[in-house]
This record gives sequence, C-alpha cells and structure tokens, in this order.
Amino acid sequence: MNTIPEKHFLNEEKGLKSWLLTLDHKRIGVMYLYAIMFFFLIGGLLAVVLRLELTSPGTDFIEAETYNQFFTLHGAIMIFLFIIPSIPAALGNLILPLMLGAKDVAFPRLNLASWYIYVLGSLFAIFAIVSGGVDTGWTFYTPYSTESAGSVVSMTMGVFILGFSSIFTGINFIVTIHKMRAPGLTWFKMPLFVWGLYATAIIQVLATPVLGITVLLLILERVLGIGIFDPAMGGDPVLYQHFFWFYSHPAVYIMILPGMGIISELISTFSHKKIFGYKAIAFSSLGIAFLSFLVWGHHMFTSGQSELAAMIFSFLTFFVGIPSGIKVFNWLATMYKGQISFEAPMLYTLSFLFLFTIGGLTGIFLGALSVDVHLHDTYFVVAHFHYVMMGGTVMAFLGGLHYWWPKIWGRMYSEKWAKIAAALIFVGFNMTFFTQFILGTKGMPRRYYNYLDQYQPLHAFSSFGSWILGAGFVVMAVYLIHGMLKGKPAGNNPWGALSFEWTTSSPPPTHNFEETPELKHGPYDYDKVLAETTI
Amino acid sequence: MNEGGTIFMPPANSTIAGEVDALFYFIYYTALVMFAIVIAGSAFFILKYRHKGKKSFTSGMDHNFKLEVFWTVIPTILVFIVFAWGFKTYLKMNVAPRNAIEIKATGQKWFWSFDYPNGANSVNDLIVPANKPVKLLLSSRDVIHSFFVPDFRVKMDALPNRYTTLWFRAEQPGEHHLFCTEYCGTGHSAMLGKVKVVSEEEYNSWLNESGNIPGGMTPVEYGADLYQKRACVTCHSIDGRAGVAPSFKGRFGTVETLSNGESVTVDENYLRESILSPRAKVVAGYQPVMPTFQGILNDQQIDALIAYIKSLQ
Amino acid sequence: MSNHTHATHLAHHFADEEQQRESAKMGMWVFLLTEILLFGGLFVFYAIYRSWHPDMFYNAHLQLDVVMGTINTVVLITSSITIALAIRSMQVDEQKKAVIFLIITVLLAATFMVIKYFEYSHKFELGQLPGKFYTFKGIQGSNPHIFFSVYFAMTGLHGLHVLIGMGVILWVIRRAARGEFSSEYYTPVEMTGLYWHLVDLIWIFLFPLLYLIG
Repeated sequence: MNTIPEKHFLNEEKGLKSWLLTLDHKRIGVMYLYAIMFFFLIGGLLAVVLRLELTSPGTDFIEAETYNQFFTLHGAIMIFLFIIPSIPAALGNLILPLMLGAKDVAFPRLNLASWYIYVLGSLFAIFAIVSGGVDTGWTFYTPYSTESAGSVVSMTMGVFILGFSSIFTGINFIVTIHKMRAPGLTWFKMPLFVWGLYATAIIQVLATPVLGITVLLLILERVLGIGIFDPAMGGDPVLYQHFFWFYSHPAVYIMILPGMGIISELISTFSHKKIFGYKAIAFSSLGIAFLSFLVWGHHMFTSGQSELAAMIFSFLTFFVGIPSGIKVFNWLATMYKGQISFEAPMLYTLSFLFLFTIGGLTGIFLGALSVDVHLHDTYFVVAHFHYVMMGGTVMAFLGGLHYWWPKIWGRMYSEKWAKIAAALIFVGFNMTFFTQFILGTKGMPRRYYNYLDQYQPLHAFSSFGSWILGAGFVVMAVYLIHGMLKGKPAGNNPWGALSFEWTTSSPPPTHNFEETPELKHGPYDYDKVLAETTI
Repeated sequence: MNEGGTIFMPPANSTIAGEVDALFYFIYYTALVMFAIVIAGSAFFILKYRHKGKKSFTSGMDHNFKLEVFWTVIPTILVFIVFAWGFKTYLKMNVAPRNAIEIKATGQKWFWSFDYPNGANSVNDLIVPANKPVKLLLSSRDVIHSFFVPDFRVKMDALPNRYTTLWFRAEQPGEHHLFCTEYCGTGHSAMLGKVKVVSEEEYNSWLNESGNIPGGMTPVEYGADLYQKRACVTCHSIDGRAGVAPSFKGRFGTVETLSNGESVTVDENYLRESILSPRAKVVAGYQPVMPTFQGILNDQQIDALIAYIKSLQ
Repeated sequence: MSNHTHATHLAHHFADEEQQRESAKMGMWVFLLTEILLFGGLFVFYAIYRSWHPDMFYNAHLQLDVVMGTINTVVLITSSITIALAIRSMQVDEQKKAVIFLIITVLLAATFMVIKYFEYSHKFELGQLPGKFYTFKGIQGSNPHIFFSVYFAMTGLHGLHVLIGMGVILWVIRRAARGEFSSEYYTPVEMTGLYWHLVDLIWIFLFPLLYLIG
C-alpha cells in the first residue's frame, strides 16, 4: 500500500509567508501553476464568449468594440500569461531540477524574482483590462496601436515586464542544465524534456530582449510620439511588424519545444520502450531553435515586402518543418514493438500526435507563397495555430500535468474521469477548430465581429464544439482538484518511469533527494530494466 | 476552373485562381497521405502492441539509419516542390501585365474608395471589365488595411506610407465579395465591398456616367443610393439606432451638443462641413473616427446626400 | 546570486564553491547576452533609418558635441580600468584598496552622467528633441526628428544602465566595506565588473556611430 511521506515540500514549512518567500523551485513551480491556471480560465472564458457571439451573424450579446477587446485579451492572456510560462515556468520549475538530480535551480532567488515579475506584469495587463481595455489584437500592429483608444501602454508595459520574467527563467534553466546535473548524467543521458527546455531557454534568452525593445519603442511612440513607427512623421509601421515577428515567431517555438520534450517522455514511458532516435530528437530541438530566428518574414507575405525576401523566408520556413516531421516519425517508431498502456497522460500524447500532425501539415499550406496569399489572415490561420498551440502545446502540457500530478501532490486523480475529460476535449477541440480550416479556405477573414450569412453553419458548428471543449475542462478541473486533495496515495513511481524524479518520494522532500542520486541507467533504458525485472 | 467552389475552396474566377487551387490540392492530397501514414501507423501500433498482462522485455532498438534518412529525405523533396511551385505562382501574382487598367484603391476606416483612370470614382464597389487585367495601386489613409477577394485568390495590404500593388484578371461577369483582412478597428468586419465584373461596354458606359445623377432619379433617391454606395451605411443607421456614429433618422434640424461642449444645429452647412471635415465638430459621445470625403463626393452628390438626410424625418 | 546565510558562502543547493562560482559566471554571461540583444534592436533601428536618410543623419550628427562625447568616452574607459583594479585588489586581499577603486568608479560614472546632463539640457533648449517635440530648424534633410528619437532612445537606455550600474556598485561598496569579501569569495564584485564592462562597451559603439560618423 502506498503512503504519503510525513514531511514533504508542501508541508515542511507552513503559512502564507513560507510560500511567498520560498526559494524552493517546487513551491515556485506550484505558484506558477496556480497563476497560469487562473489566466487559462480567464482566457478560456473569453474564448467561450467570443464563440457565443459568433454563433450567428450580427450583434448577439456584445458590441463590436467589446468583441475586439475580448479577442485581443484572449490572445494576449493565452500567449503571454498562459502558454509561454505554462510548460517552462510551471512544469519546468517543478520537474527540471528533479530530473537532473539537483537540489534546486542554479539561482533560486532569481527564480522567485521571475515569479514576482510575472505577477507584476499580469497586474499591468489586468489594469489595462479594467482601465479601458485594449482592442489592437495581441500583435499590437502599428499604426493602429499608436492611435487606438484604450490602455495600450499598460498592456504593452505588462508584456515588457513579462518578458523579463521569461528571460530570467531562461537564464536560470540554461545555467542549471549546464552546471547542476547529478554525477554521471552526461548531456546525452539527459531526459528529452530537459533538451526541450534547454532549446526553449536559448530562444527565451535570445528573442525576448528584442520584443522588449520593440514594445518599449511602441510605448515611447504612443507616449512621446517619437515617430519611428508613425507614417505621418517619416516612420515605418511595417518595421514594427518585422521586429515584432523577430521575437514572436521564435516565441511560437518557446511554446511548442517544451511540449515536444514532454511528448518524448510520455511516449517512451507508456510504450515501456526505449525512445527511438534520441539524438535526432535532441538535435532537432536545437535545429528548430536556430531556424526559428530566420523565418519571421513568413507572417508578412502580403505586406508588400520584396519578392526576394518572400522567397527566402518561404524557403527557410519549409526547413523548419523538417525537424518537426522527424520528431513525429521518431515518436511513431518508439511505439513500434512496445507495450503500450493507455493511462491519461498517454491519451493526451496520442491526441497530441493526431492534432499536432494536422497543425504541422497545415503549416505547409501557409508556407507556400501563392497559397498563403489566399489563406493569410483568414480563419485557416486561426485554425492552424490553434492546432499547433492548443492541439500541440496544451495537449502536451495536459499530458505532462497528468503525468507529474501524482509526483507533485503525492496523490492520484480518477483515471475514469480523466479518460472522459480527454475524450471530451479531443472531440470538442476538433469540432471547434477543424471547421475553421474550411471557413478559412472559403475566405472568412479573422478578427471579424460580423460575417456573411454563407459562413453561418460552420461558425455555429464551431461554437457547439467550443462548449464540449469547455465541458471537458470543467470535468478536468473537478477531478484534478479532487485528486490533489483526496486522491489515493500514488507512490514514488506510479508509471514505472526511469528518470530521476521518480526515484524520490511523492511529494518530494524540500531538498528533493535524501542523497544525491546516481545514474544507474539512461532515462529510456526500458530494455535493460525490464530485462532485469522479468528474468 | 470551378463555378460553385469545392468543399474547401470558394468559386474560382480569376486567371490565377486555378494555379493557386492546383497547388492547394497538391499539398492537400500529399498532406492527407502523410497524415494517413502517421495515424494508420499509430493506430496499428496501438492495437498490435497494446499492453497485455505482465510487462516483459521490450526491444532496445533506438535507431535505424536507412529508415531515418528515408523519412528525412522524402519530406524534404516534397517541400522543395511545394516551395518552387508556390514561388512561381507568387511571382506571377506580383508582376502585372503592362496593358493592365490601373485603378487606385484607398482603404480607410471603414470603406474602400476607387479612383478610375478617367477621374470617376466609386466606394466599396469596384467595377472592372471582364477578361482584362486590372492592376490596383493600394494605399491607406489611416491604419493598415488589406484587400482580399477570395474568389480571385488575391490579397495585399494597404499601407499608409507607401503604395502596394495587386493585379487580377476576372474571367467573366459577376459579383464577388471584397473583404478587409487586416484588423482595423470597430468597423473592420463591416468594411465589406463587392467587385462587380461587367462586360467591357458596360464598364465604359459606367465610367462615362459616373458622377452624374443617373437619369430619372430624384436627388433624394440619388442620396439614398449614395448612402449605400459611399458606405455611410457602415456607421450611420437610418432607423434611429446609435452605432459608431449618430443615426440619420430625425437628425436634421435638431440641436446637438458637441464633444467640446458647444452646441450646433444640424443644418445644411453643418452636414456639408461634417462630410468634408468630419472631425471639426463631433457630436458628444462619439469618437472622431469619420474620414473626410473631400475628393470622393462632388458637390452634386453632397447636395443629394443632404436632401436624403432631410427626408429621414 | 550568492547566499551568505551559511557560515561559508556556499548556498545549500551547490555541491562546492567551484560549482557555485562557475554557475554565477555563466548566468552573468547569459544575462549580458540578453543586454546585447536589447541594445542590438536599437542598433538595427539606427542602421535602418540611417540607410533610409543618410544625408539627414550626417547633417543631424553635426549637432552633437564631439568634445563632450570624447570626454565621456575617456571617463568611461577609465572607470572600466578602475573597476578591473578593484577586482584585482580583491584577488590579492587588499580590501581597502578595492573599496577606493570602487568609489573612484562610481565617481567617474557620476561624472559621465553630469556631462550627459549638460548635453541633454543643451539639446532640450535648442528643441532638438525626439519625434513630435522636435522644434529645431537648422538641419537639412527629411525627418531630422528621427535622428534625435534614435539618439535619445540609445543614449537614454544606456544612461539608465549607467544609473543602475552605479546603484549596484554602491551596494558592492557597502558590502565590501563591511568586509564581506575576500580573495576566497568576491563573486558579486566580479559580476558587477562584468556588467560595468558591458555598459562601457556599448558606449564605445554608441560614440562613433552617433558622434563621429552620424
């Protein structure tokens, strides 16, 4: 019978102060988890309202101004306050040092500071919402963003501050991975989630400062009218787009790379088989990180850039697709001759494979120049990035959350309800977003409050899907919280996985390990371990 | 060429549309095959290798050089084909034939205006002859807009500080939707227009008549026509409902408070001033968002609009 | 990044001093990289607008005071030397000397800011201001206000870094005066030095780009 250790990181110190001043990476991870789940809830509610309004054409519930503010907030909250910190800052903080066999990240105070900076940034964002809202879209394109009413300054200031939170997490993870690995844990014995976080941290560190300076100049433009983005003063609004996407395209990989890392963990664990193509997966993460800096112009194929620029960006864009394809095939090959079991984390892994493959393949349409001209800024793009971001990153995040949930709390959730929720989410997601591919190819532009009658059936279907999707998340919230409080004790290693975090107790003690763990086998050596135990 | 459109694509009505659709369907079927491989593969593995009973030895196989080269090289070749094909059509889309008719298209919140070679103009309705190449010189008077006609598969941003171009050749007479696809504020989704493809004779006669009261119309009727065609309808209702801007219904003769606290009587002069310099006197409670119609409406048309507004009591 | 609650300076999660020092150093280098990218964005803006308006940039840069700029460059380079000397003194356990060098560094930084203040206020008087506040009439070329937008953004952000650097050096002086550092442990001094060198280095690029070649 599994039991929960008497003392662990959640109860060793008590009181609010012990949380707010904690330097323990696990507690900081838990605080990040609470914060991002809160914003996921807000962002999700906004999405449901948007879909509700779009169920039929014309004004149903909200006015155009409100609608425009809501889609802006939905995007900004989901991107800056949820997805970007979701896997690295919440799950990464919780698990990374455990996976490395370390006692903590390299800079615990910087880690706590990054959480407070996140909170400060989110307060700016919330202030923007209550003090007039923002209706620019999450991309803040100039010149619209320099002249629109609303709290653009507060919102972009929030983005600027959140950038530092992201940079600090990145610095911390890079140094932690370089310097804090347990004895024997060489680079190519690290779990692939660590590789994913490493590639992510590189992008966070290299791209985020450019976003910082860009939004800072946008703020100066709005407050002081410095004229560099203002066409009336000799500035160039398209320059803003270049700078914005120089960050925000790599940012897409900040969001997906750690997700791919999680999938690599889960697919091997639940196939009980050695991961196929370890180095290919690790290096393709770094390859994606590098290439991600060279493709920003593919967001601007219809902005009047030169044919030469369009050609180069299109060419490089296809290159970034190849490493993602390699990963998918590697995951597939991992299942070959495995012993696959279907607990909740694996269900999300399979959802990921299905949805991310669609998301990736539809990216090929958008990379092709002539086809992109037709599809750019239509619902096709909306569907594509939801398949990648939600079907990819969020599915991986949920998979990881279900995988490490018993490690974090020491207790298990209801497997039965988890299966029901996974099914609802999978069905609801496809209903909501697959229809949007067709809306897009048919010409429905994005960010439209109102639309022509011909698009109504598909919009209505998409909205119905969003309710099923929402229901899935409600179910999940209930059983996860129930599991956290009342679930059965999970034991140290409920999944039979091999990386370091499963060798310590659940929940782990404050210092993670009773004694520094030693590497006996690689994180995916199921062949060796299973051979030993079955003979 | 497809008249009614396919499951995915809307009707194709320009010379370039066929090429775009061909590549679209090439990617579509290739992607479908790839998707089928991934899904069928995982479904097969799931069924075949699902865990039964006690866990036992699994293979330590972790690479297979030939296989990995195969699944890297094949997709690479495929995306090169897609790249080259897409670029070829893109070049065609960007280089207009020399004999193209040049029309200036200007986006502003929240309508399109078009200036034709002979000085005629129209708002939201782009009139073009069938089977003639038409080149649009796009620009914007305020924020970025984007000109998109799904049936032609063409799209280009309209920027405030430089001209961009786009061309198409519509194949036969008909009407096609025109969307703004770069988010531009409250009226973004109402910034709709039509491309009306007509025969060359109709096009020429339209150019000649444009700007005059069409025969048999009273000024009020002409004003009602302009109210629709010059996009007043986007913001000003005629049923008393307040939207982005004050409704026209019953407006004439009333006294309005302005945003600077002064008041003004809505008479002919105020209406004329508001059409030509709309941000001079804005009614309290509304944003100064209306663009000027200087150069878009001539005196005769302004008179007709005023007559129409007066008739809405 | 350090932890002095233990009797030694070793934070509990590190295995040894070596690991701790190496981590701090690496973290600092990565942080400096982000700083370079932050300024990198501004350098790209500079390059783009300069290539669009080469004549205007040339004419506008003549308005900058090369003498003051040169003095400031010398001041900052000297301060880089003094902070390097401070670290050297720490390594050989001459704490008092180190504190004196650090104080000289702060004074030099303050000199830089004072000269910058005079430069700025002169520009303010002439109306050579960024963007819509620009009222000066003596520059040939299109959109001269953009030069001053770029000038103020770059030197302003750099000045902000100098101010932050002064704060950090003062904090290090306080700790050094309390005798918290020795040749065994002086990581904060070393890190501050690295940061300060970067601030100087950025100025060394700003000075020729803005003052000399416009």
